[in-house]
Amino acid sequence: MSQVIVVTSGKGGVGKTTSAAAIAAGLAMKGKKVCVIDFDVGLRNLDLIMGVERRVVFDFINVINDGIRLNQALIKDKRVEGLYILPTSQTRDKDALSREGVERVIEELRQDFDYVICDSPAGIEKGAYMALYFADEAIVVTNPEVSSVRDSDRILGILNSKSRRAEKGEPPMKQHLLLTRYDLDRVARGEMLKLEDVLEILAIPVLGVIPQDDLVLQCSNLGMPVVLEPKSIAGQAYMDAVRRLVGETVELRFTTPPKKSFVNWLLRRTA
Amino acid sequence: MERPATVTTAPDPRPAPFQLRGSVQTLLSLRLIAPADPDLFPLLRDKIAYNPDFYRDAPVIIDVAPVADSAPIDLEGFAAELRRLRLVPVGLQNGGPAWQAAARSAGLAVLAAGGRPATGNASVRPELVRGRPSVPQPRGAGLVIAEPVRGGQQVHCPNGDLTVLAPVSHGAELVAAGHIHVYGPLRGRAFAGANGDERAMIFCDQLEAELVSIAGVYLVSEDVDPRLRGRRVRVWCDSERLSIGPVP
Repeated sequence: MSQVIVVTSGKGGVGKTTSAAAIAAGLAMKGKKVCVIDFDVGLRNLDLIMGVERRVVFDFINVINDGIRLNQALIKDKRVEGLYILPTSQTRDKDALSREGVERVIEELRQDFDYVICDSPAGIEKGAYMALYFADEAIVVTNPEVSSVRDSDRILGILNSKSRRAEKGEPPMKQHLLLTRYDLDRVARGEMLKLEDVLEILAIPVLGVIPQDDLVLQCSNLGMPVVLEPKSIAGQAYMDAVRRLVGETVELRFTTPPKKSFVNWLLRRTA
Repeated sequence: MERPATVTTAPDPRPAPFQLRGSVQTLLSLRLIAPADPDLFPLLRDKIAYNPDFYRDAPVIIDVAPVADSAPIDLEGFAAELRRLRLVPVGLQNGGPAWQAAARSAGLAVLAAGGRPATGNASVRPELVRGRPSVPQPRGAGLVIAEPVRGGQQVHCPNGDLTVLAPVSHGAELVAAGHIHVYGPLRGRAFAGANGDERAMIFCDQLEAELVSIAGVYLVSEDVDPRLRGRRVRVWCDSERLSIGPVP
């Protein structure tokens, strides 16, 4: 049974595309067949983060509007078996996304793929609506700060009222919280919201907590999903999230500061 | 099975094109205390801005009880100003003959004194006022919401009480004709007694509301006693003022 998952947040710059890329790659590493779609028409980033921008010939918008076949536009990832990217257009805008066109593409992808990941643009405009409308599950990406939490709350309201499932009165969309850029030191100093604070407001189950990790930026500059970097703790946390997504029980890691050992203290002093 | 008593008449040769019936509506009334005050419309605009959806295109009665003895103002201009705020002035209440004439020429209906009795207004018959609470208003069972109410969502309960069994987020709005109960944190805005019922109350497990309002009288978060924040409270209206008190 194919699952359509939207990765969304409301607020921009919280790590939606990074998360969509990491989760798609992680699912593929677990042996699933995955397609990740960029809904941010006009500001395409997903193909950059996935490192396939030089292989884009046709895109999502061409498939919707110009009679291009889906497999002409799908880009196969060379690193992970079973991972495909459907990039978006740089030259068009969100109006090029028609509901019928998006539905046709998603229904076609459902036939072939275990997971269809929709990378939503920021905001609550048409692009974001189209990305979430056909989804069965939602991953709400949130940073531990007040404005991001408020926007995620707003998006949860939209998921519950404006999606196809809501409009048709079907069972509600499954919603997961993915808390990213969780900086333990800053949380400990009270500069960032704690996981518990975020949960108290959003009240949805946690899919994962991704610790602040400088390797995330390095990987995205290299065009590599962070799960492919075994040294990255963010990558490990994303893999944990992927395991939870496919139904495994994995304990939360990286949510409490590491024990202050003498060696760590020494390392910090010399660093 | 018992059938309701009916009166049979010969079937009408053709259905009437209309039915004229009496109906009871609760309307907003705008009581003029100092109509010449230049701040009247700016202040009114601010009030509306707190809940524009509630006030948009709302019919309004102009209640002139406090100024009934002074000369009528330019009601035509006043009504135009109200329409500019997207209110719909429909009538005038509690005015003497001069006010009533001004209302007629401004195209406003002249209503008998009613609604809330104006203080010191002899035209309100006390037995009517006393009689009112004993007549129960028709109220449905109201609305029960079991899902969290998220920011940007609005729940409107035009009849009866609104009960929410989940958190109400910042930026969410609850509007009810009767009481509002929130079994969880109330972080958004709550408008109880939205049709003007001052007996309505707001109850919540955890008061973190941005704004609470009963029958149009409101209190913003900043004006709430900090000792009551996060507490289990009841909000009620006490002669044009909101009071908040803890609930055991």
